[in-house]
Amino acid sequence: MSQAILAIDGLEAGYEPGSAIVRGISLEVKAGEIVTILGPNGAGKSTLIKAIAGLVPKFSGSVALDGEDITGSPAHVLARQGLGFVPQTENVFTSMSIADNLRLAADILPKRERAAKIDQMFALFPDLARQRQLAAGRLSGGQRQMLAVARALIASPRILMLDEASAGLSPKLVGQVFAKLAEIRHTGITILMVEQNARAALALADRAIILVEGKAAHEGKAADIASDPVIRELYLGLAPAKGTA
Amino acid sequence: MLDLFAYAAFFLVTALSYGIICLGLNVQWGQTGLFNVGVAGFVAIGAYTSALLTTPDMAGRFGGFGLPIWLGWIAAMLVSGVAAALIGAITLRLRADYLAITTFGIAIAIQLVALNAETVTGGPFGIGFIPRAFGGLEDRPIIFNLANLALVAIVTALLYYGLERLVRSPWGRVLRAIREDEMAAASLGKNANFFRIQAFALGSAIMGLAGAVQAHFIGFIAPENYVSTMTFQVWAMLIIGGSGNNRGALLGAVLVWALWSVTGAVLAAFVPGEYQARAAALQIVLIGVALAALLVLRPRGILGEEKMISRFLNE
Amino acid sequence: MNLQFIADGLIMGALIGLGAIGVTLTYSILRFANFAHGEFLAWGTYFTLALASGFGAMFGGSGTLGSLSFGWPVIVAGVLAALLTGILALALDRLLFAKLRDRGNAIVMVMASFGASMALRSLLEFIFTSEPAYFSRDIQMALPMAFGIRLTPDQLFLLAMTAVLVLVMERFMALSPIGRAMRAVSENPVLARIAGVDVERVIRATWMIGGALACAAGVMLGITVQIRPFMGFDLLLPLFAAAILGGIGSVPGAVLGGLIVGIAEATAVQVVGADYRAAIAFLILIAVLLVRPAGIFGVRE
Repeated sequence: MSQAILAIDGLEAGYEPGSAIVRGISLEVKAGEIVTILGPNGAGKSTLIKAIAGLVPKFSGSVALDGEDITGSPAHVLARQGLGFVPQTENVFTSMSIADNLRLAADILPKRERAAKIDQMFALFPDLARQRQLAAGRLSGGQRQMLAVARALIASPRILMLDEASAGLSPKLVGQVFAKLAEIRHTGITILMVEQNARAALALADRAIILVEGKAAHEGKAADIASDPVIRELYLGLAPAKGTA
Repeated sequence: MLDLFAYAAFFLVTALSYGIICLGLNVQWGQTGLFNVGVAGFVAIGAYTSALLTTPDMAGRFGGFGLPIWLGWIAAMLVSGVAAALIGAITLRLRADYLAITTFGIAIAIQLVALNAETVTGGPFGIGFIPRAFGGLEDRPIIFNLANLALVAIVTALLYYGLERLVRSPWGRVLRAIREDEMAAASLGKNANFFRIQAFALGSAIMGLAGAVQAHFIGFIAPENYVSTMTFQVWAMLIIGGSGNNRGALLGAVLVWALWSVTGAVLAAFVPGEYQARAAALQIVLIGVALAALLVLRPRGILGEEKMISRFLNE
Repeated sequence: MNLQFIADGLIMGALIGLGAIGVTLTYSILRFANFAHGEFLAWGTYFTLALASGFGAMFGGSGTLGSLSFGWPVIVAGVLAALLTGILALALDRLLFAKLRDRGNAIVMVMASFGASMALRSLLEFIFTSEPAYFSRDIQMALPMAFGIRLTPDQLFLLAMTAVLVLVMERFMALSPIGRAMRAVSENPVLARIAGVDVERVIRATWMIGGALACAAGVMLGITVQIRPFMGFDLLLPLFAAAILGGIGSVPGAVLGGLIVGIAEATAVQVVGADYRAAIAFLILIAVLLVRPAGIFGVRE
């Protein structure tokens, strides 16, 4: 069994002490794996991923990254410890240029690595490379999402976490974003993503966890979840499976 | 002994007039969360308005209409309230801090007008011969001070009663909702702003009234009375007494004014003449430090905000 | 027409601009209007005065530099005082603002800064009395420039110093990692933390820079006019007006706003006399809030 990159044990988290939204979650994400967290609105998906990213207080339980305990690390330290996070909204600095968005994230790297890393991202996202000096606020929703992913990838995180990367995008753009994610998975990156768009997420992910009322209700291979008629109907709001997922 | 009695009455009249200002500030800050750095300016508007209307006619100066005092009081409230409504209409739709900066600015502008518009305000010398309430008793200080104390106490009590009613009215509940809950404020939209303007104007009208009350008690006014130190004192009073609480506002006013008067008297008695100015500066340092420390250590003040939620639940 | 007032407005505007940089940075990064910023100007100036007279006493003489009215003691003292003013700002943050920041109520911080401003200013009055002081009592010959405008060597030096400081600040904000991080925190502190920015470090840098530039502005005022405990407080409204006119968060905006306020004040003195000079900043402020609340370089919210 390969080493877990991200290991969460009995995590409880929420905004107000005494009213946990995430109520005892344990999960593991292994190296090179893509895991998606699905579930109905209000299940605590976003709260879970924000708690891991150090943006929502954790009440109990632990989070480990590559064997190192990161439960108490503040958000900016997590970025240095190898956790890349793409929030759902406001995920680029609109007043800053594309290049500055990337430079900012690269500033946590040793000086001599920065330029090469930025070039690497521009090579991976040629659309962004064509307009480096453009203010990020002038990018379209899909391009912003790409820039946000590039920003999160720049410090070579051990795990990339995405909070509803497809939210607010047209179906065509959702396809593009997920195609890009499929492309970068070949670099061996590990991904944990919260998704509303179960169909797109299950098509990309290896494993899925269904969150209901702050607890893991189901967990399994993405293909199995995608073809389970009960789960599809109860939690994912998808039509019953038509043979294959 | 009788002197002490007269002084106590004099002290209380002044303290209560500050208490009225605090009640006005409490409407703005305590109930609605609006930060007014121009308290002294609105007090000055009230004082000058009433003085202009009620003083006897004087050569070389505009105003002096010889109107009755009560009319001056009402005009003071109106003019201060309207000025505040204008400022509020411009700034309250913007960031919260802009109200602070603008009110700071208006206090400076009013100070300039008071200093320089000599034909209206009397310039640096201010306005004298303002008719005093119960002026006929002036030669008997104890009676005079007691009569004024009774008058100011009645005004304060009426205001207190009215504001307490208002706080518990639907209007007061809307204000608290706007202050407490961004969502509630947003759902009211433009209306929320209109409520804020109303609260701001009401608070400033009360400050204007206090200015007029002080002017008609002392009998003269000058620009130097309405500098930022006054604003600062009033803030200290409200925070120390407990913002959001009308009793706290009055308690804070009496306490801080007592502290201010006692330290002032001690300094005057024990500090040699050439160091008086320095000692007075130290007085402000101490209050500034106290205010800052209180904000950090006990932001609720002595009495704290009155909890009104449980009342509603019991109803 | 005598255009000399433009020169005076330029000097005043330059120093308002320098001071307003600190206001605009604290406003955008710490998210509150700091009423104690004027006191940083005054404290910086008194630090400089105290250090310069200390140097004068230690090394003797009050040597002047070229045709300037002041010499190395003032310049070295000014640099040290800039550092001290930054430290004063940091200390105030540690003692007061940091404790209130966690509660997340920006207006309480504004109130605290108002209290701190009263205390700091009165403390200066306590230590140095309200008597005005001067770096030098020499009268300088003004040199003719263009259009009948004359500038003293001091004024020329200070204008050049402002230009250099503003240029350095602008490049610093655009190119340095700290400047980038400051811009990031000012736009979106949560995303900045996600991107690995240490917000506390950015806050410390903001106070140091704001304090140091306030000191520079104060010393300019001290050299060209006089030194008084109220010097910073009296400049607070122009500082706010400049920062809002330029657009909160914009360094070039603050400087341009400062120049506009300074020249408008000087022009108003020509037209209506000096009595209402201090009201000009207020009028500009009201006009900006009515017409374009986001300021010249600001982003509409």
